[in-house]
Amino acid sequence: MVPWLSLLVALPVIGSVIVLLIPKGQDSDKWIKWFSVIWSLVPLVIASYLWFWLFNPNGNGMQFQEAYMWIESLNVRYHVGIDGLSMPLVWLTTLLTVLSLYYSSYTIHERVREFFFMFLLLETGMLGVFVSLDFFLFYVFWEVGLVPMYFLIAIWGHAEDRPQYSAIKFFLYTLAGSVFMLLAIIALYINTSSATQPGTFDIIELAAKHPFANDMVFASLAFWAIFLAFAIKVPLFPFHTWLPDAHTAAPTAGSVILAGILLKLGTYGFVRVLLPIFPQVFQANATLIAILAAISIVYGALVAMSQTDFKRLIAYSSVNHMGYVILGIAAAVAVGGATLTDRSIALNGAVLQMFNHGVITGALFFIVGMLYERAHTRELKRFGGLGARVPVYGGVLLLASFASLGLPGLAGFVSEFLVFRGAFASLTAISAVAVLGIVFTAAMFLWKVIQNVLLGSFDETKWQHLKDEMAKEGKEVHLTDMSRFEVVTLAALLFLMVLIGVYPSVILNTINTVSVSILSVIKF
Amino acid sequence: MPDAQTLTLISPEIALAVFGMLILIIDLIGRERTRGVLPGVTLLGFVLAFAATMYIWGSNASILAGMYSVDLFSLFFKILASITGVVIVLVSIDYLRGRSTQQGEFFALFTFAVLAMMMMASSASLLMIYLSIEFLSYTSYLLTGFLREDKKSNEASIKYFLYGAITSAVMLYGLSLLYGVSGSLNLADIAAAFSNTVDPSIHALALVATALVLAGLGFKISLVPFHQWAPDAYEGAPTPVTAFLSVGPKAVGFAILIRVALTALPIYKESWIPLLTVISIITMTLGNLVALRQTNIKRLLAYSSIAQAGYMLIGLVGVNLSGNSPFEGLNGVLIYLFAYLFTNLGAFICVIAIENATGAVNIEDYNGLVHRAPFVAALFILFFLSLAGIPPTAGFIGKFFVFGAALREGFLTLAAIGVINSIISVFYYFSVVRAAFFLEAKDKTPIHVAPLVTAVLTVSAAMVFLIAVYPQPLLNLAAWSMGIWGVVK
Repeated sequence: MVPWLSLLVALPVIGSVIVLLIPKGQDSDKWIKWFSVIWSLVPLVIASYLWFWLFNPNGNGMQFQEAYMWIESLNVRYHVGIDGLSMPLVWLTTLLTVLSLYYSSYTIHERVREFFFMFLLLETGMLGVFVSLDFFLFYVFWEVGLVPMYFLIAIWGHAEDRPQYSAIKFFLYTLAGSVFMLLAIIALYINTSSATQPGTFDIIELAAKHPFANDMVFASLAFWAIFLAFAIKVPLFPFHTWLPDAHTAAPTAGSVILAGILLKLGTYGFVRVLLPIFPQVFQANATLIAILAAISIVYGALVAMSQTDFKRLIAYSSVNHMGYVILGIAAAVAVGGATLTDRSIALNGAVLQMFNHGVITGALFFIVGMLYERAHTRELKRFGGLGARVPVYGGVLLLASFASLGLPGLAGFVSEFLVFRGAFASLTAISAVAVLGIVFTAAMFLWKVIQNVLLGSFDETKWQHLKDEMAKEGKEVHLTDMSRFEVVTLAALLFLMVLIGVYPSVILNTINTVSVSILSVIKF
Repeated sequence: MPDAQTLTLISPEIALAVFGMLILIIDLIGRERTRGVLPGVTLLGFVLAFAATMYIWGSNASILAGMYSVDLFSLFFKILASITGVVIVLVSIDYLRGRSTQQGEFFALFTFAVLAMMMMASSASLLMIYLSIEFLSYTSYLLTGFLREDKKSNEASIKYFLYGAITSAVMLYGLSLLYGVSGSLNLADIAAAFSNTVDPSIHALALVATALVLAGLGFKISLVPFHQWAPDAYEGAPTPVTAFLSVGPKAVGFAILIRVALTALPIYKESWIPLLTVISIITMTLGNLVALRQTNIKRLLAYSSIAQAGYMLIGLVGVNLSGNSPFEGLNGVLIYLFAYLFTNLGAFICVIAIENATGAVNIEDYNGLVHRAPFVAALFILFFLSLAGIPPTAGFIGKFFVFGAALREGFLTLAAIGVINSIISVFYYFSVVRAAFFLEAKDKTPIHVAPLVTAVLTVSAAMVFLIAVYPQPLLNLAAWSMGIWGVVK
């Protein structure tokens, strides 16, 4: 038997070490770039092979499991496995990493070795979180991704956006949440241990053992401690303030991974950890969490609408979109008249929304980055009429924006529809308010993005003005349409938006199996 | 005349004593060229002491009329002491070159300091405790002031000495009170005396004595409010000595604190736990908050090491030796100390590597370090992550166990304050990382790091990583060591 998941997690970090070992020389940057891109294809190929050939979408429980004793006296095991919840996210991680590295091989020119080293290390951290079934291991991987992302933002960030400040803010916010999660992890272990039996860190076993079952106070403390870590990562209102700074400052590939994958670590944790281990506490607090989600949705959309910076706007739209995920998860456990079908639909929507947001917002950050490479500004007011001048770019932006605002036929619609379809049963009033978010998002994309950037007539004098201004800083503005490598970068993501939009069952089947199995073991 | 078995049991100490003398003799009669062997001789002494420790591993004997206890707990600290000795000697060689001609005295004093550490680890009577602490103190004062031409080094030594003299007087008073009320110098006999008495005034006096003794130990461990000497002494001392002070005395200070608390004063657990809780909280919080404002790397690491002592104390507060949980508190302290040994020494060796080449010890001198000494800069991150307790590093394993003990014993607030402190600490640790990686260097010439220093750095970094990846041997070691207090398993 091939240890597929260990291979998947280990390959990027092995690659990162090789990147360090590539000898210095005139062409070493070129070698590092090509090596990293090609090396990162291997995890993608493995993940694709696993998902499309070996993975059983109707299989119950974890697949490709590996479990070895790691730290005996703590009963910590190296336990990895994958199911319909983590499979799509693992695949998306490997895909977005390839695309980010490919795109960066054209756009990163400084400190190349460090960049590709950090990026591959980051991939190991992210994949590790998605495959870990031991909470200790999960925590280790959770933190492993922190340092590379810190450096990606701080070193290759945009100098005018205070990258160092944004990077340490990102680091401290995430850490602030995760250390309390650490305490909760230990508390879970202690609670499940007895005089004769050691405790457990195994996420599956913890779910079966119902820790703190008779102690709502401690159960709530542990729940909120873990909740905090995940909510900061998502980020859920009011823990979102690190996100716009980090996103705006990060280099394009960093933003793509941040939005595409890192935010999912939080929502993934909600479904993988909080839902099965603390069903009662989650249920008792579902309304409160749903309200926070609704605030994230509406507030995120409104703040996004008020942005003048293209990238910041997309960043805030993430707060809005991730709000749908949390709303769906909350609806899946909320008290109320919802049937198991309603709950499964809400959870399916939430999980699909994670995947879709990764695809769509990942693409949008690439698109913003491409414009920034040309114009060296992200001020929405500086653009206008680009649709006629750079039609391919215009078409791509249009498609991604429509997918993001939830146009039927594209990916975003399916997941948002499922979330609301499931949520209306138990959280009627909150869902009704949250639906406003969809309206605002549509308005935001149509008005702020499409109208400001693409529509209208192309104003030569305005553009000349920008050129002169940038020339003073030694930057060259060149308005050319998308080059081949940019099209290649985006092609797969655009294809996925359409594919999932018209034929969602290609991925929903996988997700549905696990949603039903997670929810059916929870007593309501 | 002690018998052969006793001599075997104190063979690590004998080895160090003999080698310390030997170094002095070689230094006295040797010529300039023969003095070149001194570091090698010193190293040999530590290696022999380590080998002797391994040889008597497993012993559990009370010797020299009960004054000296050779048990697994003391042997744990002797291993720690030998490792510290080897590492410090290796990095001192380059440092001393050009700074001091009195190498023989340095290595002899240092050997005696490590000997004092070993004696502290085994001390089982009040008299032995006082003598060994004073022994370590005096060798430390001399080592701190070793750069005679350097005003800062002199000032550091005087401050250290004055502070040490006062706290040791206070401690001596406490020890004499303990002896007075219990009628015995032996720690185990003291415990028996206290548990047999019903006189409330005896108990009251015992508590006063405990508090006074804590002053002396708090000085060695650099617990707040007995920490004020540390930043000045750390800043002025030769950097290898600073590295030594930040781990050696602290570790064996904990050894005595643990021995006194668990062997002599177990019946007063209810009293010393709240006291230690408060000290732990103020130590880590004050250490971390003041560290935020430091501009000198040695001072920054001084405050950081004060804060680290606060975390370690959490383990002692959460002590519970019932044997049915991995979080016994005491093992947390030991694991933490071992992880901290490699981490903090590693961080200081980074400082030494830079200081050897440039003489710079300010954080702003580290600007652009990644372009000048990429290896050192990268390892700085690793050691800082470990000090902050972020996985996958040794420091994470240490924090995991002390926080676990606090949670098991229900000290939720203490654990919460602990983790909040580790968030604060990231801020100043990363201010160094920020300088090294993001800021522009004034002087861009590459920094040459001596091969020996590079080698020691590599080993320290490997240990920091290894302890995190495969901690089981260390966990076993800690479990055996605390076994002398009757833990099952």
